[in-house]
Amino acid sequence: MKRFIGFIQKEFYHILRDRRSLFILFGMPIAQVLLFGFAITNEINNVDIAILDHSKDATTKEIISKIAASKYFSIKQVIDNEAAIATAFKKGHIKAVLNFENDFSKKLISENKATIQILTDATDPNTANTISNYTASILKNYQEDLNKGATLSYQIVPKTRLAYNPELKSVFMFVPGVMTVILMLVSAMMTSISITREKELGTMEILLVSPLKPFQVIIGKVVPYILLAVINAIIIILLSLFVFKMPVQGSFFLLGAESILFIINALSLGILISTISTSQQTAMMISLMGLMLPVILLSGFIFPISSMPLPLQLLSHIIPAKWFIIIIKGIMLKGVGIEYLWKETLILIGMTLFFIALSIKKYKIRLE
Amino acid sequence: MGISVKNISKSYDKVMALKDISFEVKPGELFGLIGPDGAGKTTLFRILTTLLIADKGEATVAGYNVIKEYKSIRNHVGYMPGRFSLYQDLTVEENLNFFATIFGTTIQENYDLIKEIYVQIEPFKDRRAGKLSGGMKQKLALSCALIHKPKVLFLDEPTTGVDPVSRKEFWEMLKRLQKKGITILVSTPYMDEAALCDRIALIQNGNILEIDTPEVIKNSFPKTLFKVKAAETFKLIQDLGSYELTHSAYPFGEYIHFTSNNVDFNAKDLVQYLESNGHTDIEVNETAPTIEDTFMELSK
Repeated sequence: MKRFIGFIQKEFYHILRDRRSLFILFGMPIAQVLLFGFAITNEINNVDIAILDHSKDATTKEIISKIAASKYFSIKQVIDNEAAIATAFKKGHIKAVLNFENDFSKKLISENKATIQILTDATDPNTANTISNYTASILKNYQEDLNKGATLSYQIVPKTRLAYNPELKSVFMFVPGVMTVILMLVSAMMTSISITREKELGTMEILLVSPLKPFQVIIGKVVPYILLAVINAIIIILLSLFVFKMPVQGSFFLLGAESILFIINALSLGILISTISTSQQTAMMISLMGLMLPVILLSGFIFPISSMPLPLQLLSHIIPAKWFIIIIKGIMLKGVGIEYLWKETLILIGMTLFFIALSIKKYKIRLE
Repeated sequence: MGISVKNISKSYDKVMALKDISFEVKPGELFGLIGPDGAGKTTLFRILTTLLIADKGEATVAGYNVIKEYKSIRNHVGYMPGRFSLYQDLTVEENLNFFATIFGTTIQENYDLIKEIYVQIEPFKDRRAGKLSGGMKQKLALSCALIHKPKVLFLDEPTTGVDPVSRKEFWEMLKRLQKKGITILVSTPYMDEAALCDRIALIQNGNILEIDTPEVIKNSFPKTLFKVKAAETFKLIQDLGSYELTHSAYPFGEYIHFTSNNVDFNAKDLVQYLESNGHTDIEVNETAPTIEDTFMELSK
């Protein structure tokens, strides 16, 4: 036991003395959460639009003022002919043009129908889509106001409710994803690098010719990183709680336990990588290419799994991050307990045991 | 109880690193493996320290079989690899403490064993190991290899890249350790260090050329050795090479060591030959052979 503690102490010296890595280790989660939370967002705010109003009557003015009042749009330009639309788009900052037809009020009263053309700049399809949806819903509200009092027969009114994230904040989606990526990176990459460093510097040779047992070396390598990863998880959760006001609906205890399970899973992957690579460079490349990319692309973090082609959907099943994202989204957003998550938890436990068994089997007690 | 090596062979892919090697190291002996780079010394060390498995043959260290009883060996040997293999970001004291702990001992417990070495680096005990000079690194590495009082000490080229003064000190330390009953197997490419061992094995291309005491190996040199010098050394080597009575001619410091293939060789003939080739300041004198001469002769 004393030997083991001595080994862990040595690992902490390595970690604490490598200031640059330490900075990355703790700077990265903060930077990533803030970046994903503030900068990379699917919401639209203050989008610049232009107005082409052919009728300039009371109704159009009312609609325009409603649109201007919303925080989503700011009217940057008023144009007076169709030809100017293209010029406005080409300048780049105008993302949409609302084109009101002639005699808008008159037509609305006499024909019960008037038309607004919504032109959006679809070079960015997501934003274009969002803009047209937002505009449509503002118009729909206005229409309902108009019809108040008037009795219309046969009306279907869809009432949508956005469950678990009523404001559609994209940070709700990113926090679980970022947490998964960070925990994977810290745990898998850092351990694999720290084990291969011993091989590269030749200190592994001395450790092998010592009474230390393989599992003591492995566990000794892993313990400090469990601690670091837990601290990282706490930082991320605190940031999301206090900076983005993202509530944790479920139990903190379950969230912690599941996070530790995922950390151990990632660590065992890291050990596995270190057994097959001989240099720090290789270990880093394998971790980045073999773990980071699937975690970002195939885990459902950014791209929904259900819209992937079947082979990729099948592939996503063997990615531990996918199951962890399901688990933490469940706990943080839906507030569900283990009774709904036991299946995903079991899958993670199974994967972890498999990786640990494989890496112990692959760990070499000799040099070749 | 020392080291016993029987018919060990080892190859990497197609290269035979060790070819059917056998030798014994007696308990308490200071045994030297002398040979150039690539002779197979490190491979042999790794087999004996249980890091590699030989293709053929058997070996025991301190009475333990290197394959079946590798765990016992790992408790009882000290190993200093050829490359500096301590933690560069740990201080001198932390390194020593770490190795003491993983061997289940403390610095205090075995301080008397490492004292003479450690006192020299103790003033720098708070310095990171990576910032030490070459000689001090070796002293620290030796201290770490000794901290658990090993029965057998393996030192793979401990003095490569170390200045002459530190080299001399290092060998004096080995002599002192030997007096404490530790069996030492040391390898070196420096022939002058061979004379400091009890017995040496000359090794080249995975073969052992000769095993004996340095004295016997020196005296086994079969020919009369001359040291030759002239004003133009490079031309001298060339001319000696084309001389019909030459058996061998190697540069050795400022001289050329020369032996003749003629038993009745007369040094005057050589002087004459060199003069006729335009050499000046010619010196030809008989000299005592060294281990290097024997090595060159054996590996011919």
